[in-house]
Formats: sequence, structure tokens, C-alpha cells
Amino acid sequence: MRINPRFINRFVRMGLNVQAYFTVGILIIIVAIIFFKGFPHVNFAFIFSFPEDMGREGGIFPSIVGTIQLALLSILLATPLGLGTAVFLTEYTKESLFTKFIRFGVESLAGIPSILYGLFGFIFFVIKLKMGWSLLAGVLTMTIMILPTIIRTSEEAIRAVPRQLRIVSYSLSASKWETIKKVVIPAAIPGILTGIMLSIGRAVGETAAIIFTMGSSLRLPLSLMDSGRTMAVHFYILAREGISMEKAYGTAVVLVLSILLINILAYYIMNKAIARYS
Amino acid sequence: MDTKIATDRLRLSFGTTEVLKSVTIKVHRNTITGFMGPSGSGKSTLISVINRMIDFENNVKIEGDATIDGTSILDGSINPIELRRRVGTVFAVPIPLPRSIFENIAYGPRLKGTSDRTTLHHIVEDSLKKAFLWDEVKDRLGTSALKLSGGQQQRLCLARTLALKPEIILLDEPCSGLDPISTAKIEDALSELKSEYTIILVSNNTKQIARISDFSAFFYLGELIEYDTTEKVFTAPAEAKTEDYIQGKFG
Repeated sequence: MRINPRFINRFVRMGLNVQAYFTVGILIIIVAIIFFKGFPHVNFAFIFSFPEDMGREGGIFPSIVGTIQLALLSILLATPLGLGTAVFLTEYTKESLFTKFIRFGVESLAGIPSILYGLFGFIFFVIKLKMGWSLLAGVLTMTIMILPTIIRTSEEAIRAVPRQLRIVSYSLSASKWETIKKVVIPAAIPGILTGIMLSIGRAVGETAAIIFTMGSSLRLPLSLMDSGRTMAVHFYILAREGISMEKAYGTAVVLVLSILLINILAYYIMNKAIARYS
Repeated sequence: MDTKIATDRLRLSFGTTEVLKSVTIKVHRNTITGFMGPSGSGKSTLISVINRMIDFENNVKIEGDATIDGTSILDGSINPIELRRRVGTVFAVPIPLPRSIFENIAYGPRLKGTSDRTTLHHIVEDSLKKAFLWDEVKDRLGTSALKLSGGQQQRLCLARTLALKPEIILLDEPCSGLDPISTAKIEDALSELKSEYTIILVSNNTKQIARISDFSAFFYLGELIEYDTTEKVFTAPAEAKTEDYIQGKFG
């Protein structure tokens, strides 16, 4: 029996619709549960005061600061390093065993579970280099962790820049570096920003690697050598050790909102960049 | 007449394919010289030697010499970046840089280190006027160059090249994708420009070469078949091959 193609068409379309709604639905349910459980506990004092009694009372101010410090510093370190690697791989090397080796290494790094980064950071930065549990050890570990993402996304973005644009730039008497700086990287900015956003998300959401390297001090980290905790770590400890589920969900709400804020901000910057260079 | 660009037994091959077979030609100063010939004749390759854009191709082997004002442009002492300031290029497909009209024109001057806003503005205005585009864009220099029409984009590319203040302008089939009105504007611009620049116009369009060039060169399969004044080439060609090509019997 031959099935009517129009029927198949409708069936497939319905199926794809269901899948799309299912994906978005799950996201909405997760966010809804977090907001439902956590939102009543979020207020001005919660955000701007210090935790008391291990986090059972008070707010989460130090962990908000810790999150920002960690994400910002690791992005500031990883972006130039990753972008530089990507430019090197795309513009200054021909496809060879050497570049294949680097690319293989990058991909392998991307696949390593974060707990192993944590362990490495603990052994190398915390113990061997005697940094102790510190913001610095956390930032360095996180930098290594997000580097593969930045390299891969930047590399793809740079590769997508049409060759003709480079040729035009050269024909207007630009050197290779001037072409990269003035034409290639600006044209690749949206892609590069995507990588940075993904990386911020990873840094903000990471727990295992952070606990091993930055520790979990409740104090406000005032120097690179201070220990501290991020919101994700704070949430994990509050929930895991049964300290306070209310405060845990409150933290989660702030975490989700800040990720949302970062995304909006990144889109804003991206649109600015696109508007300027198109 | 005064020679601006010359090649001497120039041979060029990509790998084992010989694209230019011993080309010797003298291009005169302040003229428009048309390079015509069917595709694969080597005319575009020849201009990519003159602006050294050939450097960006792989597996290229060059023999013989090419000179500008009597100085070789192929020996190691020449800096290709500085050479490209003297030899501007307009490509077949207009490719604006993804930025504003103003910044497209200012790109070359900025690379040279010109950053003063007034100076840049003068250069931009002057170049756009010479390319017959100023009146159409003077009120929207800050908008994206990608928003211009194809014909306007090609004149933008011409203006961008003029902003380099070159001595030579190479145009590689600049009108191949343009409508007759845009083509006429480019041709008018070129006719005005030849008093200041030495222009080489590569084209498959023999009528265009006949209209605006002073000298015409006919290339076929990597060889220079005929080179003379345009009038001579188009009225009394010395070679049968040239005549057949001009009459459209092949190509």
C-alpha cells in the first residue's frame, strides 16, 4: 500500500513540532521549578549581604563576586590565548601533521571531564606551585578548561571569512597582519563572541573543577590568593550538605538570571559589532 | 612614447601548466591599454604579476622580468606592499569591505598612516568624485557599503583604489557583471582618469576595449598575439587570429 505523501508530510511536520516543543518545554519546566522554589527567597538583602551560619542565613554576595571574578578573569586570559592560537592555526600554518596534532590536542582537551581539570589544577597549581586554594588557581584551571571552546569557535569563525575579503585587503596595500587585524577578526567577531559566551556559561556553571582549585571559602575574595566560591559551588554545597534548600534555590535563581543577563549583553555587543562591520 | 610598465620574455606556470609563454610588452604612460582575449589567454595572470597579487597563489614559477619605470618588480628587493600602493587593482566582482562607504575608501590611506579626519575626508571626497560616485553617496557616507547597488559598489572599488593615489590602475573585467548604465559611468571615469594614471583594462568585451582604450593587446593561450594602437588593431589587424576574435568568430 502506498501512503499518501501529503499525509507523510503532515505527520513529519507534526513530529518535528513536537520535538521542538519538547526541548523548549523541558527548559521552561526547569527554569519554572527553580523560580517557583527560589524566587520568594531572592531580595535585595539576599543579593547584597554576606552569608551567615554556613549559608543557612543571610545572602550570597561573596559568591556573586566570586563568580564574576572567576568568569571575567578566565575569559580575559583565555580569549587572547585562544584567539591567538586560532589565528596561528588558520592564517600562519599550512595543513600539516603539526597542525593536525594541535587540533587533535584541542579536541581532546574539550572532551576531558571537568573533574579531571580540577584534579590537575589541584595537583599542579594548588600543591606544586603552592598557590593553595585560591582565585588564581581557579582562574588558571578554568582558563585551560575553556580554551578549547574558544579556539574551536574562533577557528571556525575565521575560516568562514571569505578569501576574497583578504585578497581585497592585500590589494589595498595591507600587510598580512593588518588584514587579520582590520578585516578578518572584525568579520569573525560574531563567531568569536559565541565561543566567549559558551565559555562564560561554562565558567559560571562549573562546580567540580572549582571546588578543587578555588576552594569553597565563604569570605569575599579580595586578592588572587584568596579562596572563594562561585554561585554554582555555593548552590552545590547548600544542597548537597542539606544546609538550606531555600537558599540553594535562591542562589540558583540569581545564577539563572545572571546567565540570562550575560546572554542579552553578549547579543547586544554582537549586534553592535555586526552593525559596525556590515 | 614613454614606457611605464614593461615585461621581458615573461613566462609563468602553475605547476606544470604554462599560463604565460614569453610575453614581452611595453605599456605606455597615461594611456588606457586594453588586454583582451578569451578566458585562459593569460591576461588576468599577467596583471596579477604587475600588482604582485600572484604572490598569493601556490606553485607559481616565473621567468623573465617585469618592470615599472625601468625597475624590476620581481626581484627580492621590491616590497610588494609598497608596490600595491603604486599599482591599484579593481576586480571583476566588486567586493566592498564590510564597513561604511567612508571607511572603505579610507582603508588604504589609513594603512599608510593617515588618520587626520579632515585629510581623510578630502581623500574620500576626491576619490568618490573621480569615480563618478560622489553625488550618489555624499549624504550617506556612514552607511554600509554593502547596501550600494552592484554598479555603485564597483565605482566604490574604483574610488577605493584611487584613494591609494596609485600610478597605475589595473582593472580585471570591471564591468562583467554590470548593466550598461553603470558600465558607461565606469568608462567615463576611466577616460577622465588616464591623464593622471596609467590604466590597464582587462576585458572580454572587445567593444568596450574599442570604445575607450588607446592601445589594445590581444592574448591567446598565454601568448601576446598582437599589440598596437586600438585603431590599428580594430581596423587593420596584422594577425588573422586577432581579426577572427574581434569579429566574434571564437572566444
